[in-house]
Amino acid sequence: MEYEVVVGMEVHVEIDTKSKVFCACSTNFHAPPNTNVCPICLGMPGVLPVLNRGMVEATVAVGLALNCTISRWSKMDRKNYFYPDLAKNYQISQYDLPLCHDGWMEINLDGTTKRIGITRAHMEEDTARNVHTIGVAESGVDFNRCGVPLLEIVTEPDIRSAQEAFEYLTRLKQLLQYLNVSDCNMEEGSLRAEANISIRPVGTEKFGVKTEVKNVASFSGVQKAIDYEIVRQRQVLEEGGTVVQETRGWDAAKGVTFSQRSKESAHDYRYFPEPDLVPVIVDEAWEKRIRESLPELPRARKQRFQDSYSLKPYDAGVLTASKAMADYFEAVVTAGAQPKPAANWIMVELQALLTEHKQELEDCKVTSASLAAMIGLIDDGTISGKIAKDVLIEMFDSGRDPKAIVTEKGLVQISDTAELEQIARDVLAANAGPVADFKAGKEKAFGFLVGQMMKATKGKGNPKIVNDILRNALSRV
Amino acid sequence: MAKITKEDVEYVAGLAQLSLDEAARERLVGEMSNILSYMDKLNELDTSGIEPMMHVLDISNVYRDDVVGPSLDRETALMNAPKSDGEYFLVPRILDQE
Repeated sequence: MEYEVVVGMEVHVEIDTKSKVFCACSTNFHAPPNTNVCPICLGMPGVLPVLNRGMVEATVAVGLALNCTISRWSKMDRKNYFYPDLAKNYQISQYDLPLCHDGWMEINLDGTTKRIGITRAHMEEDTARNVHTIGVAESGVDFNRCGVPLLEIVTEPDIRSAQEAFEYLTRLKQLLQYLNVSDCNMEEGSLRAEANISIRPVGTEKFGVKTEVKNVASFSGVQKAIDYEIVRQRQVLEEGGTVVQETRGWDAAKGVTFSQRSKESAHDYRYFPEPDLVPVIVDEAWEKRIRESLPELPRARKQRFQDSYSLKPYDAGVLTASKAMADYFEAVVTAGAQPKPAANWIMVELQALLTEHKQELEDCKVTSASLAAMIGLIDDGTISGKIAKDVLIEMFDSGRDPKAIVTEKGLVQISDTAELEQIARDVLAANAGPVADFKAGKEKAFGFLVGQMMKATKGKGNPKIVNDILRNALSRV
Repeated sequence: MAKITKEDVEYVAGLAQLSLDEAARERLVGEMSNILSYMDKLNELDTSGIEPMMHVLDISNVYRDDVVGPSLDRETALMNAPKSDGEYFLVPRILDQE
């Protein structure tokens, strides 16, 4: 039987406010354990949480970017459960009236565009971090993370392949980074993705029993976990069994999902309205203010790159894939470089160096101004494009100014016609065979002779002038 | 008639991590049934045309600005913990997350 997979995603994102969602403690991830804590986030009795305005505004901004309806009237609720990641035995979240609901996001795959429905995006607090390396009998609890603002974004079961899930997560992360609401660092847990996965016979409407895959450390891990679940669930069904509704973990090393039995059998959270926090009312004026303050989003920026810089759609897409790269490109252009060479140097040579050294653009020593200066040295004929590649490597390693590198290493290209003409005569004299071949109509021999010229100039011959002079010299042989 | 069974009481007690003796269970069957009966009494009122009350307080939009304030020093934070190692609160080992 042919099956299709049905996936819904739940993404938790830590929002980059300076202070926590209900108290004034810092959200700094790198602080020593239990130093960003106060009676409120420690869950002491009798304290009064107050909602961080920054969290409300960030949530509305994300909701608008995801084409959601913003609730005029929203409230916080208590989700009750016992676990040593929350001292007060409930998490403050939103239940029946989330701040944002009924939106969508577009993904592109193999040239087709598809809309993924967004069910809701709601505000909640992150929980404490449990540490299991302390001893055999005990676990440690660090409340620094408890109360960090957390946004949960839930999709409709609209995703039909592991690749679509990967594309959705990539686009969502891109959007969140453009909105500047989260660093989306998966290693530090500021973005966590869970997939609800079921399969059903192709052509049927009814959903199959789903499993929920949690604790996956990367988007490609999510993609692999979904592909694994498709095979596993199909096997279960084809052997006449039934899929068990459960939470499963992902073992990246073995490439398998595994059952995570939970002690608490029933998930009965007994939500009720949080009496300590008052309703959130986002009126039209407030929503409008937030809408007007939204930055340029990826799709608009890609279009603008095509229109204003005459870039091809593919190049505009690559450059706007991350906000950091798009900002960098525009800074290089602002510093005086032509858009096309700027795009090529960033996408090809610089990107290759970043990949090779496993570095992020943000940490790169090549400043936008120095890259623009390097492109300027090519434009004014000081160095050839070939030499520039070596200069860029030096800039990447040392962060030095391209002009200084060129001067120090004597890389200025030879554009002196008389000097090049002399070299051309020497090259022709030493290569009678190829010259004869060229005269006999073998164009390939010309390339060889150019190579000899570049060798003689240690690569510093101005390629265009070398070409012209060589043709000229050959015509006179 | 009792609206709540002994099983309901046990279920709710389980969620709240309470262990009840037989006498308490019996008593709670009665008390919780009475509470639900009172809700039925309220249902006799015609509430059509009345806006649902979403919250007990008649105020809204109370926020703090996103400004970091002082936290407790760690010694104070851990002071009342039944057990700590000076850095972390210590709890019996959490088994089902390994």
